[in-house]
Amino acid sequence: MKQHYSIFTLARNAVSYHENWTEAWRSPDPKPAYDVIIVGGGGHGLATAYYLAKEHGITNVAVIEKGWLGGGNTGRNTTIVRSNYLWDESAHLYEHSLKLWEGLSQDLNYNVMFSQRGLLSTAHTVHDMQALRRRVYAIQLNGIDSEILDREQVAAYCPILDCSPNARYPVFGASLQRRGGVARHDAVAWGYARGADARGIDIIQNCEVTGFKIENGKVVGVETTRGSIGARKVGVVVAGHCGVLAGMAGFRLPIESHPLQAMVSEPIKPVLNCVVMSGQVHVYVSQSDKGELVFGAGIDTYNSYSQYGSPPVVENMLNALTELFPIFGRLRFLRQWAGIVDTCPDASPIIGKTPIENLFFNCGWGTGGFKATPGSGHVFAHTIATGEPHKFAAPFALERFTTGYLIDEHGAAGVAH
Amino acid sequence: MSQVNRLPHGGRIDRSKPLRFVFDGRAYDGYQGDTLASALLANGIVLVGRSFKYHRPRGILSAGAEEPNALIQLGQGARSEPNIRATQIELYDGLIAESQNRWPSLTTDFGAVNSLFHRVFPSGFYYKTFMWPKSFWMKYEHFIRRMAGLGKCPTEPDPDRYDKLHAHADALIVGAGPAGLAAALAAGRAGARVILVDEQQEMGGSLLSDRHAAIDGKPGAQWVADALAELRSMPEVTLLPRTVAFAYYDHNLVSLMERVTDHLSPTSPEALSQPRQRLWRVRAKDVILATGAIERPMVYADNDRPGCMLASAAQTYVNRYGAAPGKRAVIMANNDSAYQVALDLVDAGVSVAAIVDVRESADGELAAAARARGIDILVNHAIVSVAGKLAVREVEVRRMAGDGKSVTSDGRTISCDMVLSSGGWQPSVHLFSQSRGKLTWNQDILAFVPDRLLPGQNNHSVGAARGVFSLSGCLVDGHAAGTAAATAAGYTQSAGNTPVANAQPAHGPMRALWLVSSTAPLGHKAKHFIDYQNDVTAADVALAHREGYRSVEHLKRYTTMGMATDQGKTSNVNALAMMADLRGISVPEVGTTTFRPPYTPVTIGAFSGIDKGDFLDPIRKTPLHSWHEQHGAPFETVGQWHRAWYYPKPGETMHDAVNREVKAVRTSVGIVDASTLGKIDIQGPDAAWFLNMVYTNAWTKLEPGRCRYGLMLGEDGMVMDDGVTSRITENHFHMTTTTGGAARVMAWLEDWLQCEWPDKKVYLTSVTEQWAVLGISGPMARKLLSEVAPDMALDDQSFPHLSFRDGVVAGVKCRVYRITFTGEATYEINMAPSYAMHVWRALMQAGEKYGITPYGTEAMHVLRAEKGFIIVGQETDGTTTPQDLGMDWIVSKQKPDFLGKRSLQRADTKRPDRKHLVGLLTEDPNEVLPEGAQIVAELKDKPPMEMVGHVTSSYYSPNCGRSIAMALVRNGRNRMGETLHLPYEGKVVKAKVTEPKFYDPEGARING
Amino acid sequence: MLLIPCPFCGKRDEHEFTYAREAHIARPTNGEQMSDAEWAQYLFMRKNPKGVHYERWMHAKGCRRYFNVARDTVTHEIYAVYEMGQPAPAIERENGR
Repeated sequence: MKQHYSIFTLARNAVSYHENWTEAWRSPDPKPAYDVIIVGGGGHGLATAYYLAKEHGITNVAVIEKGWLGGGNTGRNTTIVRSNYLWDESAHLYEHSLKLWEGLSQDLNYNVMFSQRGLLSTAHTVHDMQALRRRVYAIQLNGIDSEILDREQVAAYCPILDCSPNARYPVFGASLQRRGGVARHDAVAWGYARGADARGIDIIQNCEVTGFKIENGKVVGVETTRGSIGARKVGVVVAGHCGVLAGMAGFRLPIESHPLQAMVSEPIKPVLNCVVMSGQVHVYVSQSDKGELVFGAGIDTYNSYSQYGSPPVVENMLNALTELFPIFGRLRFLRQWAGIVDTCPDASPIIGKTPIENLFFNCGWGTGGFKATPGSGHVFAHTIATGEPHKFAAPFALERFTTGYLIDEHGAAGVAH
Repeated sequence: MSQVNRLPHGGRIDRSKPLRFVFDGRAYDGYQGDTLASALLANGIVLVGRSFKYHRPRGILSAGAEEPNALIQLGQGARSEPNIRATQIELYDGLIAESQNRWPSLTTDFGAVNSLFHRVFPSGFYYKTFMWPKSFWMKYEHFIRRMAGLGKCPTEPDPDRYDKLHAHADALIVGAGPAGLAAALAAGRAGARVILVDEQQEMGGSLLSDRHAAIDGKPGAQWVADALAELRSMPEVTLLPRTVAFAYYDHNLVSLMERVTDHLSPTSPEALSQPRQRLWRVRAKDVILATGAIERPMVYADNDRPGCMLASAAQTYVNRYGAAPGKRAVIMANNDSAYQVALDLVDAGVSVAAIVDVRESADGELAAAARARGIDILVNHAIVSVAGKLAVREVEVRRMAGDGKSVTSDGRTISCDMVLSSGGWQPSVHLFSQSRGKLTWNQDILAFVPDRLLPGQNNHSVGAARGVFSLSGCLVDGHAAGTAAATAAGYTQSAGNTPVANAQPAHGPMRALWLVSSTAPLGHKAKHFIDYQNDVTAADVALAHREGYRSVEHLKRYTTMGMATDQGKTSNVNALAMMADLRGISVPEVGTTTFRPPYTPVTIGAFSGIDKGDFLDPIRKTPLHSWHEQHGAPFETVGQWHRAWYYPKPGETMHDAVNREVKAVRTSVGIVDASTLGKIDIQGPDAAWFLNMVYTNAWTKLEPGRCRYGLMLGEDGMVMDDGVTSRITENHFHMTTTTGGAARVMAWLEDWLQCEWPDKKVYLTSVTEQWAVLGISGPMARKLLSEVAPDMALDDQSFPHLSFRDGVVAGVKCRVYRITFTGEATYEINMAPSYAMHVWRALMQAGEKYGITPYGTEAMHVLRAEKGFIIVGQETDGTTTPQDLGMDWIVSKQKPDFLGKRSLQRADTKRPDRKHLVGLLTEDPNEVLPEGAQIVAELKDKPPMEMVGHVTSSYYSPNCGRSIAMALVRNGRNRMGETLHLPYEGKVVKAKVTEPKFYDPEGARING
Repeated sequence: MLLIPCPFCGKRDEHEFTYAREAHIARPTNGEQMSDAEWAQYLFMRKNPKGVHYERWMHAKGCRRYFNVARDTVTHEIYAVYEMGQPAPAIERENGR
């Protein structure tokens, strides 16, 4: 039984100098075989394992991770959570996720610090405003919270945002999703890992998949750096490497991998109390609980698996930041990094079956995967457990690239994040 | 009290130039050449800040970029800056500094209440609590956020300006200590183009704090001065002091930030006449990393008391700044370098109460010298406690047990006001690591050193940066690297001789003791700080290990170790090594975290330079922009263009003005500036073939002199652009594109021509800015044109719709296209831009009698919507096919191929019930739907409800006397006459589905 | 920031160029005969390798010519640049990269 986390256990452990805390998760050696193997120990993979156990009672599961848990995009993103998507398919999926976020800390008994501080998405041209209205009206009719603010309301909501009509791209208005916000990214991976482990799932770090065992078009296990492991079903959730894994299984994906950069400033006292995103000036920013401004923008243009990124992107991002927030000009940026995002032609993910039987992929989340973590894990667990896609996952099948039924969120997303 | 701890002589400060500064509201004196830190110490100020989490009182730990504690809010008002290291602030007269993260004052800080509850605040405590009740997290967070953060953001925009510069170098040398100077001299003498940067105000590095070094027979400081003089005399050498190399990118690109005026009073004329900082991008053939090494503090109980300092820092303050950090020091070390510090302190008149050496013996040359000076040396001893809350008062030392993991009862207390420690030196491998080089562990010096370079990068670490700590080693290294860089770049002149250092005392072996035991179990009584700024203690590392956060990244993220503004410069190795001990593996097996840029924090505003405000993105203006401005037109942003939106007359609202403009076009004549249209000149024998491939319709039979509308698809079958293209001659076409799509279309066409059809003879030129375009439209357009172009035949026979003619308009050679976007007879008059204003004015003058009316983009949109003409990007969104738009008529069935053709046959794209472009007429003719309004077929009481489409365009049409709208509606063409619902903003509007043509559906007006 | 050797202009900073994605994807001339799945392979499916990537770049702020680059997507080392229409050169990498 896991130790419960609460102020009381914290206080009790304080008395014993915190020497009696136990491991958040075990580090077992891999068993010869599992019912389900999840490849990828990021937020999505761990969430998938957690919901396999919690919702479907499947606990003979291993999550195998080539490095350390949450070491991919889970630990590299700007932690924005929202569900204000244009198309119904996306709105349903991301809202499903947002609802799970809303009870996640309690469900996991791990504080993921989901802060619903409000997410402002600014419009800077007449055309921007039209697109914004289209999106907000659609979101509202999907039963999701979203509202339109005019320039004055934006200025009142976020006073440090430059709403001057003389700006190069003046703020015309914004959409606001009050339920949107940010969360503590690492905690999501750790919380799911702890929850999955408590339900008997093996979490195996430093174990890299080197190939799939496929017999008669059916996956029967994986080859890893820690030996061969059998499995009835395999779910692959490896942002930044799904193309490589698909290659091992002998098929291609409509995916290209690019670095997405992010940065933080030095920590300062609270100055920004919401998330602000601008597609036109091209930056998104929030302030972490620690006080750092956390910001990012678009992907590096060329295919890359380097988690470093190119300096022109940094320059543009910082430029955009000071354009929207002139008072940030004298602050200093502290750290820059990049994650590798797998982008689909329609900026929507791929969830579901593959040409190989019992091999499932969940990938292509592009720049927006973090917010989807609980929902993605939830629908993917259903898909793996039942063999059929969850209703919210069904539209995101790989098949859509053949039929042409794309879910093109490019225009609607406004800005990558 | 004036500079009580200023030494009577010595140091590199200029005692003839006293400076006045204010810290926390109180004035102090210092000298030119001081840093804020050295000046504070000289004034006996040891308490300078509060820690992040526990609000512990903190002093100055270091003398450089690695400082974790002494963070200052510098300056005031719009020029106020948070979190600046006192150790890096050059003192100027009138400097105003304030301590941070304390309230109401540094000595009485209410936040220190956290310290009382520290027991319940171990690493990661927030993951375990604040979960109940569920709705309270936002309240907890509010409180947590206020406790966190360090300094304050300015409340006004930065008034200073910044500069950017690009440079190339044969050798970029980072660090101007002995190794860097030797490298610069060698490369410079050989003739290479050298850029030498150093983050400090004065070049010379460790030689500036070293009283014993001599090179080539000269005292170290003299050698530095001579070397710099020689380098300054070399035309190809650039010296950049006060410049930090903060980021190392692909293919040997290094970013530098030069602090041009930060050492000056910010409002002095000298500061105001220059950019504050300058961002350099240097592409170097070779980068020589002479970045030195950073001393590690030892991890002992309560090692954060104000007065606890790195040994080398004390040496620097004494030798370089003539400021004593205290009166009486206790020094603890695991190596010999601290002995030199003790000797220097004693020489300067500062008392050294004891050297506490954790090694079992200290027999080296330096230890002997210290003994000879009467310094008490306690080997195999450790400091087990430090007393003094706001300043060190005394320490307790104990003899250690054999394994170093505990202490014996044998010991005593020593009174002192500073505790100096040296846990060894970690080479500054930040830039090497950023260049994606691999590190390796050197067990002799207990440090990570550079190992393998990433292919495609070219740098060389020299001297202390690669773990070579001896002065002669640094000089040899630097000289060799400088010579090699010059040789590799093709310079053959002599690099001169390797500088020769005097004999330096030898250093004995170190002891790896990553945690100095105390009398109580770890975490029980005292705190052993590892990461000072983020308040991460040794007990936190142990907790992380206990709970399974054992990989280096988990350790870092769980404890926040190394994530403060100093990026763990003094703490990372201590934490990793402690984790290695806990896991029973070696330090390199634990690994390191990735070194991320920047090396030290850099000003955000410097990245904008002047590229902000109107320079953020170029503003494109038409040749008639000033006319529009003079006539009161507001502008609409379309891509980078500013287009005249409408021309309000006095007292008119936008609605009034647009109605007037729209009516004028239908009743008389309007004039529009259409110069922003994208234009591409297409020539070559295969031009017609090419158009056949890129447009959906057929082009081969178009006659010269005629024009045709074309629709362009992506390979996915979705509409990407449209426009009218004209055949000038057999092999010469003039294509127009949408305003926003011009660049994209140009790139698209070039891509296909160069990559897929390189054998085809087609040549493209963007001519958007070579042609200004004035459109006159309306029943009187022809008459008006005939008056200003008397030589042009304008009858329908000679100049029919969809043709063009060259002629003279208002005395100017023009090309006139008869094409329409309004449905009225329209002439688009193209000319060289410099004549545009003349022709426009001539038309305005001649048209006065017809009431010629300039109209903007809004009226243009209404006019085309009345006719049901689409705008790509408005009626389409990248998911729209020609069939969706009801434009099947323009998709050739005969052509064997064109871009996008095959994709139209896919299962989803050929579905008959896709979203179709239709018209919508609201029940209330005065109700104008918002563009973007969503359409519902089956209305429900409340959301969610299923949407079947959205409004793409919507206007009030004065010519129809009612509102009109276009919409994409699922299966819309089979819903004609159906009433749909548009719920938005708390109401529901009903509208009927119609054909998307509202005015003159037969097209009768096209001939005027 | 990449330093890209344009075959026509010489070495230039990456920001002068436009990336034009995977190279050597020939447009099928028999699209009408292809199945939707085959067409999707051409339209969307990409190699996206971790290692040598054969890709196209256009010198947008220079000669505006397209050319091919063989580049490592992990190290960003550029092994070869070659003009359009030329076959992809085989790249042999040293071990341990």
